[in-house]
Amino acid sequence: MSTEELSLQRRASRKSVAFTDEKLVVDADGSVTMVASPNDDTKETAMSHTPRTPPLSAALGAFTDAASQAPAAAPAEDADGLDLRLMKKKKKAKVGTAEGDDEAAAPVAGEEGIDLLLKKKKKKVPKDNDDFARKLEKLNIEGKAGEEAAPESEEQEGDWEKGTGIFKHDETSTINYSPLLSRFFALLSQKNPDHASTGTRSYKIPPPQCLREGNKKTIFANLAEICKRMKRADEHVTAYLFAELGTSGSVDGSRRLVIKGRFQQKQIENVLRTYIIEYVTCKTCRSPNTELSKGENRLYFITCNSCGSRRSVQAIKTGFSAQVGKRRKNKA
Amino acid sequence: MSTEIENLKTYDPFAEADEDSGKTKQTQEYIHIRIQQRNGRKTLTTVQGIPSKFDHKKILKVVKKEFACNGTIISDTEMGEVIQLQGDQRTKIKEFLTDKENGLGLDDKTIKVHGF
Repeated sequence: MSTEELSLQRRASRKSVAFTDEKLVVDADGSVTMVASPNDDTKETAMSHTPRTPPLSAALGAFTDAASQAPAAAPAEDADGLDLRLMKKKKKAKVGTAEGDDEAAAPVAGEEGIDLLLKKKKKKVPKDNDDFARKLEKLNIEGKAGEEAAPESEEQEGDWEKGTGIFKHDETSTINYSPLLSRFFALLSQKNPDHASTGTRSYKIPPPQCLREGNKKTIFANLAEICKRMKRADEHVTAYLFAELGTSGSVDGSRRLVIKGRFQQKQIENVLRTYIIEYVTCKTCRSPNTELSKGENRLYFITCNSCGSRRSVQAIKTGFSAQVGKRRKNKA
Repeated sequence: MSTEIENLKTYDPFAEADEDSGKTKQTQEYIHIRIQQRNGRKTLTTVQGIPSKFDHKKILKVVKKEFACNGTIISDTEMGEVIQLQGDQRTKIKEFLTDKENGLGLDDKTIKVHGF
């Protein structure tokens, strides 16, 4: 028991150390480029990392000489593993290859299950960016190259439009995921450009033009144009603007909106944006091609012209507005 | 039997519409945070619809200290009690309302921030 505990402790200490060591070794070895000879032991470690063990291990071996060396050295050194691990810290700087062996030995030497788990944790956490990503890349490459080397090459040659290569009608071999995916997106952008440009489909309206009238009023010059673009009544938009901005205003002779208070174009843009989200875009298909109509019961409904959905929207409500200035008080 | 009838009574849809509507209103009611321009660069922030289970006076006291601004409670006939703060405190008050440790811990979805 005592020995076991000791070993556990040592392992623990080794882990943190090993972790850093591993990193260093990998880099150094990488430059050296030793031949990778993946062992069963390494595979096991690889397994712990990810479900697809064989490609990973292979990838690891190919990528990092240290890893490959380690597995080879590991089986032989099982018994000595603990000591070596402790040593490797010091060694690492001196000899790249020797380090690799030590490190490899360490993981193997410990009880495989526990050590491997620990190892993988270490690797993932500290190395995340570099090593893990690299491993993944390797995995991908390996998987393609190793498992489906022949079909891959064929697929790449095939042209889905002409129906040649892998996309031949009577072709029986399975098509790889990536060519299928690229074909899907190519076809989608070809036949349905609307759907292809998902996500940031922008609904464009001309930017509101804001002029300052005097010191206290803002003129929203192109309201009519924007309303026409959104297919909404001017009154509805103005009511919303006034409610949101907490002010009042009027429409002047040339259908420009005069808003009391100083507002910048940016602020009005924000309000318009919320208006569009609330009263213009269809919540189901996000298309701005909708109509606002007064249904029964004095409720407003938005009917989407592209998907046919219909939803009710809140009436514009002016909330509480505080009394500003003395004149208002007198009026009220 | 008698208990069943009582149950029925409490859930009778025809009996008292007021109670029902009141409940649904509470679930739907939003807290509105608005901003209003005053003269010059000055603004007011109004918070309307804070549930009555909270003590508005206490909230105001805490908020005033925390945001370093003045404020009052205005009891409006339509809107009920409205907290009015000086300056643009919209983001701060929203954080305060949703903060679970030092605030009211309200749901984010029940709060609507208006204004530019």
